[in-house]
Amino acid sequence: MISTPTRPRAAPRRDLAAPPGAVLVLALLLAGCASTQPQFEPQTLGTGLPPPLPLNAAPSVADTARTEPARPTYRGPWEDPANPLYRRTIYFDYDSTEIKPQFLDVIRTHSAYLGTTKGQRITLEGNTDERGTREYNLALGDRRAESVRQLMVAEGVSADQMATLSYGEEKPADPGHGDAAWRLNRRVIIHY
Amino acid sequence: MTTGRLPTLIAALVGAALGVLGLPAQARLTIEVTGGVEAAQPIAVVPFGVSAGLITKDDVAAVISADLVRTGKFRALPTRDMMAMPSTAAEVDLRDWSLLNINSLVIGRVEPEGSGYRVSYTLFDVFGGKEIASGNLSTTTGGLRLTAHRIADQIFEKLTGQPGVAATRIAYITSNGRGNSQTVTLRVADADGTNPQTIVSSNDPLMSPAWSPDGRRLAYVSFENRRAAIYLQDLASGRRDLVASYPGINGSPAFSPDGQRLALTLSKDGNANIYVLNLQTRELTQVTDHFAIDTEPAWSPDGTQLIFTSDRGGSPQIYRMAAAGGPAERISAEGDYNARASYAPDGKSVTMVSRVNDQFRIAVLDLERGLTKVLSQGDLDESPSFAPNGSMVIYATIQDGRGVLATAAVDGGGSQRLSQDAGEVREPAWSPITK
Repeated sequence: MISTPTRPRAAPRRDLAAPPGAVLVLALLLAGCASTQPQFEPQTLGTGLPPPLPLNAAPSVADTARTEPARPTYRGPWEDPANPLYRRTIYFDYDSTEIKPQFLDVIRTHSAYLGTTKGQRITLEGNTDERGTREYNLALGDRRAESVRQLMVAEGVSADQMATLSYGEEKPADPGHGDAAWRLNRRVIIHY
Repeated sequence: MTTGRLPTLIAALVGAALGVLGLPAQARLTIEVTGGVEAAQPIAVVPFGVSAGLITKDDVAAVISADLVRTGKFRALPTRDMMAMPSTAAEVDLRDWSLLNINSLVIGRVEPEGSGYRVSYTLFDVFGGKEIASGNLSTTTGGLRLTAHRIADQIFEKLTGQPGVAATRIAYITSNGRGNSQTVTLRVADADGTNPQTIVSSNDPLMSPAWSPDGRRLAYVSFENRRAAIYLQDLASGRRDLVASYPGINGSPAFSPDGQRLALTLSKDGNANIYVLNLQTRELTQVTDHFAIDTEPAWSPDGTQLIFTSDRGGSPQIYRMAAAGGPAERISAEGDYNARASYAPDGKSVTMVSRVNDQFRIAVLDLERGLTKVLSQGDLDESPSFAPNGSMVIYATIQDGRGVLATAAVDGGGSQRLSQDAGEVREPAWSPITK
């Protein structure tokens, strides 16, 4: 048996050391490039933490959150296509958890908003493409979400405003089998 | 003979709750034999005799014959080519069958018994000129098909020396639709693809089904309510227990061979590590502690060791350690991606996913000789597991852009494809052999 000291979520990660100067220029150049943002469904997530699951629940798992009540008209500035907060997806290279320079401004924009809106919570949803095994990809998606989380902490967001959830390869934005689909599926979504 | 059947009522209720009853009602798995017929032994399974007036739902001989053909080790004589249809030993003239170059002959009868049936069969060695096995099995009417599978298994074992797996079942995940209209279902079907039963259905992902060693429960990962959790579900009652729902990953459940413990992957303390949960005491023990990804644990058949996937060396590879924790040694040698290994029933080899020339393929690693053999030809093959007799590996593959299941014989020969009439099929898990 191994004792289980609580490891801080900060395993050393080379990929977060982005050169700041070059990054800003790149970010500005590339700011308009990520127009392939997948469509978003409205979420009814209020607290960022779903209710606890009952023990011994019946196997019917109809997700009550999806029997959408009257669709809320406006939940926050991230729903406004003209608002910078509308960009909520960070895309990754294959088998990488490194945040690419062109997505730093997305993370900074949300970090700034969360820094001034302390009651707001988010879930960082990590996803991968279909290559590789499903459970390994679950861990890879977890790492991607964790990369974004750590950067947002570094940007001043309080840790208790954020939760992470990895879906691995289980929730592709594009169900196709090829580079075009895979590029869209390797992503972290900032869910309000 | 109906132990372990699932209550259709529960499946129907789950279906009704989710409105999936509008989908094709019988999304059965269709099995095609795709290889192995060349080396197969000729066998004749004569249509079983029935008492006058008795009508059975299943054709026992046809079920037995199909079971034997699916192993890839047998080729069945078509009924129309049979020169005689004996159903008792007295009616058998083995010369009829030796003329047709048939090695083995199976005859039998189905008689009413109480409210069910009594099924008898006899197996002959045609060229040896003698009877080599026989049996009498009692069954309910509903258990007739399972009885036929059991007879197929007895015949298979007599002729090959290896236990049969026709009376086992396969758990798998199916999905239909996308996004909010996606339905993901965990199903269990008989090993011949018939009798599919819904275990649980969800609009959110379900993954990683794993059988308990007694074949009565499944562990699986569910994302219902936008949260990752591991459940154990009793198949007969539908009752389920939540066993893990920590922050981060709750994945890769694997029952220990004694059924008392569950290995799993959690990232609650920052990184994906492997834990063992005592199912009696609910005591959770961390068995790996590394900043790399450690996941996909699988138990050795004797329960003393765990193998798992780790990228601690820079790429995903298979490692082995004592089940209680301790130092881990790398066991996969070749390639830059080896993952999701699980043991053969004899513990002498493991099957895993290996990247070969940028293609993800199913491989078997011989632990004694250190040799790796690639069994599949797809480019995104995954989720391999051994049949409980070790004869073949079942895995998921993509055919014409759609997820299907496939099997490959470990020693070459038989292969099959299992597809569903609608939707994708993935993550097969073969049940243990249960008597």
